Amino acid sequence: MNVLIYLVPVALALGLTGLAAFLWSLRNGQYDDVEGAALRVLSDDDVS
Amino acid sequence: MAETLDLSTFVQHEGGTAHLELAVEGIVCASCIGKIEGSLKRLPGIVEARLNFTNRRLAVDWREDELEAADVIAALEDIGYRAHPFQPERAETEEARQASWLTKCLAVAGFAAMNIMLLSVSVWSGAADMPQETRDFFHWLSALIALPAAAYAGQPFFQSAWRSLRTRQLNMDVPISLGVLLALGMSVAETASHATHAYFDSAMMLLFFLLCGRALDHAMRRKTRAAAGNLAALKAEFAHRFDGAELVRVPAAALKPGDRLLVRPGDRVPADGVVLNGSSQLDDSLVTGETTRRAVAAGAVLHAGSVNFSGTLTMRVTAAGTGTLLDEIERLLEKAVATKSRYVRLADRAARLYAPVVHATAALTLVGWIAAGASVHDSIITAIAVLIITCPCALALAIPTVQVVAARALFQGGLILNAGDAIERLAEADTVVFDKTGTLTLPQPGFDNVTGAAPELIELASRLALSSRHPLAAALAREARERTPFEAAIEETGQGVRALIDGVEARLGSAAFCGVDATPGANAIPGASTICFSHGGRHAVLVVQQKLRPDAARVAADLRALGLKLIILSGDGSEAVAPIASALGIAEWQGGLRPNEKIAIIESLKARGHRVLMVGDGLNDAPALAAASVSLSPISAADITQAQADAVFLGEKLAPVREAIVTARRARRLMHQNLWLAVIYNAIAVPIAIAGLVTPLIAAAAMSGSSVLVTLNALRARRAS
Repeated sequence: MNVLIYLVPVALALGLTGLAAFLWSLRNGQYDDVEGAALRVLSDDDVS
Repeated sequence: MAETLDLSTFVQHEGGTAHLELAVEGIVCASCIGKIEGSLKRLPGIVEARLNFTNRRLAVDWREDELEAADVIAALEDIGYRAHPFQPERAETEEARQASWLTKCLAVAGFAAMNIMLLSVSVWSGAADMPQETRDFFHWLSALIALPAAAYAGQPFFQSAWRSLRTRQLNMDVPISLGVLLALGMSVAETASHATHAYFDSAMMLLFFLLCGRALDHAMRRKTRAAAGNLAALKAEFAHRFDGAELVRVPAAALKPGDRLLVRPGDRVPADGVVLNGSSQLDDSLVTGETTRRAVAAGAVLHAGSVNFSGTLTMRVTAAGTGTLLDEIERLLEKAVATKSRYVRLADRAARLYAPVVHATAALTLVGWIAAGASVHDSIITAIAVLIITCPCALALAIPTVQVVAARALFQGGLILNAGDAIERLAEADTVVFDKTGTLTLPQPGFDNVTGAAPELIELASRLALSSRHPLAAALAREARERTPFEAAIEETGQGVRALIDGVEARLGSAAFCGVDATPGANAIPGASTICFSHGGRHAVLVVQQKLRPDAARVAADLRALGLKLIILSGDGSEAVAPIASALGIAEWQGGLRPNEKIAIIESLKARGHRVLMVGDGLNDAPALAAASVSLSPISAADITQAQADAVFLGEKLAPVREAIVTARRARRLMHQNLWLAVIYNAIAVPIAIAGLVTPLIAAAAMSGSSVLVTLNALRARRAS
C-alpha cells in the first residue's frame, strides 16, 4: 500500500492540471465562438 | 443633399483606437468569416477585426486618425453584408459574467466529483479487506477535496437558498443546500469516528448534476438574448437630423429632445415629437391600429412608429411621454404591471409542497428510531440519510431540463422567449386575444388583386413602381418578378411616375394622373388605397390594403381545434375588422377600442377564470399585453410593446403562435411526468432510507439514476409536432 504515497498525489495533480487548463481556456475566451472555431479550421487563408 | 453618417454613440474610444461592435446580416457559411475579416483587414488603419460566428457579431478596432466608423460599414456593404452598430446591453454583459461563473463552478464540481469517486470506488470494492487506516486516509482525502470544492461550487445554491429564506419563502435550493451541508457535515463526523460510510461522493455528484442543469438553462437563455439583441440592432431606425446647415444620419437611439429631424415620405417617424413645418398624411397603424391615415400639419403631435405617407415633414424631438396617447399608455402600463398577479412557477409550487414533507419525514425518522430504542447517534445518522436520499436532484432537474429543450425547439421555430416562465403560462392559456393590424395582418399593407387586374399589367405596373419612393408604390413594387426598373422613369412629385414601355407611355399614380376612374370595387376593405396604372389604351385600378398573414386562416382553425377560444380586439374601425374576422371565422370581435377598453375586456375574461394569451404589436396594445396572463408579439411590433411581450416571433407567418402553444403544452406534460418520476423515485428510496439500509453506493446509484432518467425524458420535448 506504500505505493499510494506517490499515486494519490500524482492522481490529484493530474486532476488539478486538467481543472487549471479548463479554467485557463474559459478565461482565454475559447468558448465564446464555438461554431466559428469549427469553421475556421476549414479556411486555408494562412496557407496560400 | 449630401448626408454624413454619425455613429459616435456606438464607438468606444481607448487611447487612439476606436472599437465598434456590429451585428452582421447574411452570414451563412464558413467562407463568410474569411471574406469579412480579410476585406476589413485590407482597409488602412484597421487594428483588428474578429467575427463571432456563433452570435453573428463583428468586433472591429481601428486607429481613429485613419478611419471613420462609416467607412467600416461601407466596406462591409461593398462585399454584400449589412452591418448594424450594436451596443451590448447591460443585462447581456451581466449574463455573460453569470454564465462564466456557473461554468467555473461546474468545472470545480466535476473535478471534485471525479476524484472523490475514484477514492470511493476503491473503498466500496475493497471494503472487506481494506485496513481501517487506509479507509480513513481515503475518507480524509475525500474531505480535503470535497469541502473547499463544495464551498466554491455550491455558492449558486447557497446564495439562492439564503435569499429565499430571508424573504421567508421556500424554494428548491433550500432542501438542496440543506442536503449538501448535512451530507458533508455527517461525513466529516463519521470519518472522525472511523466509521465505514461517508457521503462525500454523493454530495459532490449532486452539485455536479444540478450545476449541469443550471448551466444549460443559462446558456439557452443567453443564446436567445443574443439573438434578440441582434434583431434589435437590425431593426434600429436611423433618423435624418438637421442641425443648422448639415443633414446627418444618426441612429434613433442617439436622438435627444430638442433635435430637429427631417422625415421624408416613406420614412418611419423615429422618435416622439411635434411637427415644425410641412404637412403630410401619417399611417398610425403601428401606434393605434387604425388603418385610416391621419392628416398632420405644423403643431401636430407625432409618435415614434408612424409612417410618413405623402409630404416631407420637419419635426422637433420631445421627451417621451409628453404626447397625450403616450401619457395614457404609460399610465395604463404602470397600472397593468402593478396589478399583474405574480405567477408562481411549477418548480416553486413543487418546492413548497416538497420541502416540508421531506423535513417532517426526516424528523419523524429520528423520533421513531429513538422511540424504537436505537441509540441517538444511529437515529441521527438514519435521519440525515433520509434527507440526503430525498435531496431533490431529480426534482430540481425535472423542470429546467424540459425548459431548455422546449426553449430550443421554439427558438428554431422562430420564437424568442423573453420570460423564463413563459412556457408554463403559455401551456395554460385557453383564450387567445388577437390584435388585428400588424398581428393578423402583415405589418405593411400590400397589393391585393381584388379588382381582377390582368397579370401582365400588374407585372408592368409593379416594375414601374420600382422607380418611385411613394409608400403605395413600394408596396406594389414588392410584387415585381423582374427587379430591374424601367429606364428613364420620371417621378412627378405628388402625382405618380411615368416611363416609356415598348415605345408607349405608361403611367402609375393618382387617378387624375393616369386619366382613370379609381373605384376600388366592392371587394376592397374600407380604408384601402388605390393606385392607377395606364399603358396605351389599357388601364387598371390596383388596390393596396391590409393583407392577412399568409397562414392566418389555417392557424386560426388549428388553434380552435386545440380548444382555444379566439377573440379579435382592434383599435381600428369596426368596418375594417369585420371582413378580417369573417375571413378567419372568428365570431367574437370588437373594433374601435381604446387601450383602456382592451384592458377592461381582458380583465373581465380573467375574472371569469380564463387564462388569456394576448397577441399584439401596436403601441396601443402594450398595456393589454402586460395585463394578459401571457403575451406574444411579432418582431415588427413597437419597442414598448415588444418589451412587454413574453415572447417575440419572427417572420411573416402566424404559425409560431400555434407552435408556441403546442410546444408549451407538450413541455408542461413532460414537466409533470418528470415530477411524477421524481416522486416515484422517492417513494422507493425513502422507505429504504427510513429503514436505515442506505449505503453510500445505493445513494450514489439512486441519485444519478433518477437524474439521468428525468433528463432523458426531457429530451422528448424536442420532437417536432
